[in-house]
Amino acid sequence: MPASPLPGQAALALAVEEVSKSYGSVKALDRVSLHVARGEFVALLGPNGAGKSTLFQLLTGLFVPDAGRIEVAGFDMRHQARRALACLGVVFQQATLDLDLSVVANLRFHARLHGMGRAARARIDAELHRIGLTERARDRARALSGGNRRRVELARALLHDPVVLLMDEPTVGLDPASRAQLVEYVHSLCTHRDVGVLWATHLVDEAESADRVIILHKGHWIASGTAAELRERTGRRSLRDAFLDLTGEASVEQEEAV
Amino acid sequence: MPAKRGSRRGTPGGGAPQERDLAAPVPPEPRAGLAAGKPARGSAMSSVSHALQALLALSSRETVKFMHQRGRMLSAVVRPSLWLLIFAAGFRDVFGVSVIPPYSTYIEYPVYVVPGLVGIVLLFNGMQSSLAMVYDREMGLMRLLLTAPLPRSVLLTCKLLAGTFLSILQAYAFFAICALFQLDLPWWPGLLLALPAMFLTGLMLGAMGLLVSVYIKQIENFAGAMNFVIFPMFFLSPALYPLWKLQESGAQVVYQLARINPFTYGVDLIRYAMYGQMNWHACGVVVASLIVFLGLAIWGYDPQRGVVRNKRQGS
Repeated sequence: MPASPLPGQAALALAVEEVSKSYGSVKALDRVSLHVARGEFVALLGPNGAGKSTLFQLLTGLFVPDAGRIEVAGFDMRHQARRALACLGVVFQQATLDLDLSVVANLRFHARLHGMGRAARARIDAELHRIGLTERARDRARALSGGNRRRVELARALLHDPVVLLMDEPTVGLDPASRAQLVEYVHSLCTHRDVGVLWATHLVDEAESADRVIILHKGHWIASGTAAELRERTGRRSLRDAFLDLTGEASVEQEEAV
Repeated sequence: MPAKRGSRRGTPGGGAPQERDLAAPVPPEPRAGLAAGKPARGSAMSSVSHALQALLALSSRETVKFMHQRGRMLSAVVRPSLWLLIFAAGFRDVFGVSVIPPYSTYIEYPVYVVPGLVGIVLLFNGMQSSLAMVYDREMGLMRLLLTAPLPRSVLLTCKLLAGTFLSILQAYAFFAICALFQLDLPWWPGLLLALPAMFLTGLMLGAMGLLVSVYIKQIENFAGAMNFVIFPMFFLSPALYPLWKLQESGAQVVYQLARINPFTYGVDLIRYAMYGQMNWHACGVVVASLIVFLGLAIWGYDPQRGVVRNKRQGS
């Protein structure tokens, strides 16, 4: 059940309607629709090659979809890109901190790119405090552990108070404890700050606690629902089995073993 | 928020990410006060302010990073100085530079090469700023830039200005070396008059670098481009010898190549400006090249065309 059309547009943080994207003859995304409400944690679950990264490249305006619409907080990504981007916070899969600069300089850089002006300083302090890295503000990013770098990237994505937070496989390279903490922290962001989160992952356990799980496979939207609903629909006991059933692949376990 | 502070302070600054209570409930924070932080939509004033902030962000980043890179800082000054001290010293008597515009008297060869060496400073840094673009693209920093709520043309222009600002700092550092060796340069007001000329030339060369960076996918390729762009441009210009010498010695092809080299006009513009003269022809070519290079670079970075396409990614 694709997400469009939807009532209550105002509550919608992110809407993707019938989006397609091809690279040459390869159809990376085929008429994918999804939506994220404010305060909602949506997991985008798919094996590698499902089209998650392509979707994120479209969502961040890096590329333009061949067909379909993307709206962030009601702003069209194609025609009102600046407004849409202003409402978007992104944690990329790749590390994007400038390792030669201090933590605070990295955050300041972002604040300026977002034209935050004088409000920046207080926001930076608040976000650093929130992630518990106030004492390390002057350290070079290079000196931080992987987990802490991720936190700084998350703090940075939240600096301009986005309506939607995109997390592109954000736990890559984190140890299990940091991974669980990150998931939980982002859940609390949904609750307390009313941010809509789209969390792309191929790890089923990260999707378990999501408000909704969307399964993407080979560029197609396969299913959407709570973990319980997906289990019920497939008649399986675990989300993992449900996911394997729906995608008809056994690749997930192998990847998790890596 | 203050309630949490006490407990957090307990953890020392060290690593151990697991110990941090990342998952602790986020203290509710009013979203209001932030309205000021968001770009006030639509107003022209705030757009300008936003662009200036982006310029500041890119400039300070570029400059701070440069200051951290001792090697790059050193070589930026040493490179032209070597040319000046060794090459020019060796050729001091080989090349007699007769009185040609903009010079009103006979000048020494080292004095002749200074504008050209300033040109190479601008050229090198312009290209190196672009190298940073390629590097940023590989490091994913580019994505950060491109998700900023600014038009790409503004972002690229800010990037260009930031690089040029750094180029000019380096050019003046080189002038300081020249002063150290007591060259007979038109110190005042020549070096001030050279500023707008260096600015335009720096922009033009930086824009050329941006354009090159559009088509270069990896840093390894970039080193090659440096050799194929920087050195030919440098040698095919009046940086080291006046172009009439080429013509006189019958090197017609080389002469014609030098005449279609935009760098030639940048060097001329700076040389004339230092002596308080305006070379309109050179200025026109520099400005036109700037517009063409920057326009093509902006076109190349357009998402619709997707030149930034890194090969299709994993998933």
